Amino acid sequence: MRKLQRAILRSKNKIALISGILILAGFLVKWTASFDPFTRWALIAASVMGLIPIAIQAYQALRVKVVSIDLLVTMAVTGAFAIRNFEESAIVTFLFLFGGYLEQRTLNKTRSAIKALTEMAPETAWKLMESGEFEEVDIFDVDRGDVLLVKTGAKVPVDGTVLSGAGGVNEASITGESMPAAKEKDSMVYAGTLLDNGTLQIRADRVGEDTTFGKIIELVEEAQDSKSGAERFIDRFSKYYTPAIMVIALLVWLFTRNLELAITILVLGCPGALVIGVPVSNVAGIGNGASHGVLLKGSEVISDFSRLDRMIFDKTGTLTVGKPSVSERIVYGDRTDQALAFLASVERESDHPLATAILENIGDTIYSNVTETDVIKGGGIVASLEGHRVAVGNVALMEREGVNLSDRVRADLDRLEAGGNSLVLTAVDGGIKVVMGIRDQSRPGVREDLERIRKLGVKNLVMLSGDNQGTVEIIGRELGLTEVRGNLLPEDKAAYVRERAGQGETVAFVGDGINDSPSLALAQIGIAMGSGTEVAIETSNVVLMNSDFSRLPHALGLVKAITRNMIQNIVIALGVVIALLVSVLFGEWMNMSIGMLVHEGSILVVILNGMRLLGYKLKK
Amino acid sequence: MKSAVIQLETLICPSCSQKIEAALKQLDGVEKESVSISFSSSRARLDFDEEKVDIKAIEDAIDRVGFDVIKSKVK
Repeated sequence: MRKLQRAILRSKNKIALISGILILAGFLVKWTASFDPFTRWALIAASVMGLIPIAIQAYQALRVKVVSIDLLVTMAVTGAFAIRNFEESAIVTFLFLFGGYLEQRTLNKTRSAIKALTEMAPETAWKLMESGEFEEVDIFDVDRGDVLLVKTGAKVPVDGTVLSGAGGVNEASITGESMPAAKEKDSMVYAGTLLDNGTLQIRADRVGEDTTFGKIIELVEEAQDSKSGAERFIDRFSKYYTPAIMVIALLVWLFTRNLELAITILVLGCPGALVIGVPVSNVAGIGNGASHGVLLKGSEVISDFSRLDRMIFDKTGTLTVGKPSVSERIVYGDRTDQALAFLASVERESDHPLATAILENIGDTIYSNVTETDVIKGGGIVASLEGHRVAVGNVALMEREGVNLSDRVRADLDRLEAGGNSLVLTAVDGGIKVVMGIRDQSRPGVREDLERIRKLGVKNLVMLSGDNQGTVEIIGRELGLTEVRGNLLPEDKAAYVRERAGQGETVAFVGDGINDSPSLALAQIGIAMGSGTEVAIETSNVVLMNSDFSRLPHALGLVKAITRNMIQNIVIALGVVIALLVSVLFGEWMNMSIGMLVHEGSILVVILNGMRLLGYKLKK
Repeated sequence: MKSAVIQLETLICPSCSQKIEAALKQLDGVEKESVSISFSSSRARLDFDEEKVDIKAIEDAIDRVGFDVIKSKVK
């Protein structure tokens, strides 16, 4: 019996097709040949055939005490049958089945964004069996501690540690970095990344949903399923709404003795568009985010995020690159190439934080032998290279060395210092040759991104930092922020967030999640610049994948679009129900078939409207 | 107490998840609060008491409301 039910439900679409053909044939015969008996039997056949799968669904739901839409339709069609209105009973069953088919087709499209993501998840792995051979097994059968083989071109199936072998792994799916990372014994590898070259044997440390990639997928899936307050309300509402419609229809029948009117009410009362309208906006919107590197954790986040008053940024690593680089290099006099080569040679041997920035700036050069290095505490380095005396350091060191700083040099130094730079001066044989200004620079494009965020209606853009107020203000002016605060400890930042949120503002905090966890957690919207680290993913409400700041305006634009879309869908759904009810009470033309047509039509309209979000792009 | 993740056939209607959820919650030994059906991934998650109910009975309950179980993992 169960098998038969299942077989019938599977062929629902075919049944819809056949019943559609029967109805069409019936009407054609009626209009052309006026042969009523054929028409009647065609419509009866269509009704009975179409009703079977609907009735089965209604019965299955009823067994677990769920009153479903199928039950409303089953009762309505049975009623139409009882008053021998076969035209209506046939058309209503057909429209209901056909609507269900279209609904299924379009809903599958909204899931495509997630599918693209989950398809990146590995499905099989080569596992070391007891026989000592590697065998290809389903990823479901891989457990912690298993030894796996990863071949060139294959996906890494788990988070694990390399036991032997070497190779280059493309980790773009986790970190966004497209240059392959070199892996050797004891390196960590991550599920969902791609082995570009080489062969690796790895030990599985985390499998399936526990891997970083698995967590990302789970997060997106859960977010799509999580229900907002509005949805939970609609859920509760529909639980009572459907039985209520039945009671009303029953009362109408008892009091008016008009079965036709009673069954029309049953059909019109189907809550379809209302139930599906809000989730479809969320699913499509979250899907769009996932394919643009924005993970939105749930629909509750969406409504808060779209009403943002204040966006608070951490400075280092969020608005700025997070490591110092040379912002300006000025050279004086002649033989400056030699001076730069000397500078590079000296810095090459230093482990000072600024040394990396200097070497990066100079690039390839011919290094000289450094002899007699002398580190002057709080000043810099004095060294001998090819018989020249080279001093690298700050102004104090130059004065100690008796280097003459011309007015021009002093003007440059003042200007760089005012721009928030640390200064590195280089003198060769007592003459100043190179001045470098070094600082942590803002990320490229951040200014434009902030401008876009402001245009989207966030009035207050605030930067908080542990750096001194002077440096912070310079960057704040550069980026056009409305407020900047320096000299803050992580707990001061959290206190600021709490204070603002306490004043009734909707506050977002954007940080890298490493030392900002309290602030991320306190803000209504915690936005983590994630590079696949667990902390960032777990403590925040929104994750910008690959720490890409430029996705922030997209994220904000998207949540606003989702909210608008959701409101449109609610208006459409409620509007249709009200219009139908009004016309059944006051209009002559309303009947079951038209009601079902409008009802199925409104379901499709809200789904298609929600699907527009899949293609959402922020206007430049 | 064990927890199970059950991969279902692709769910095609949001009301399908309601039915499955209701069916699972009615099983004795299934932790009611823990039942969640993910529509977008067609997956059911739940915790259950292995002394009162086993994974076979859980799969059977899903089958009875008309849905195929593709595979399930208990841990």
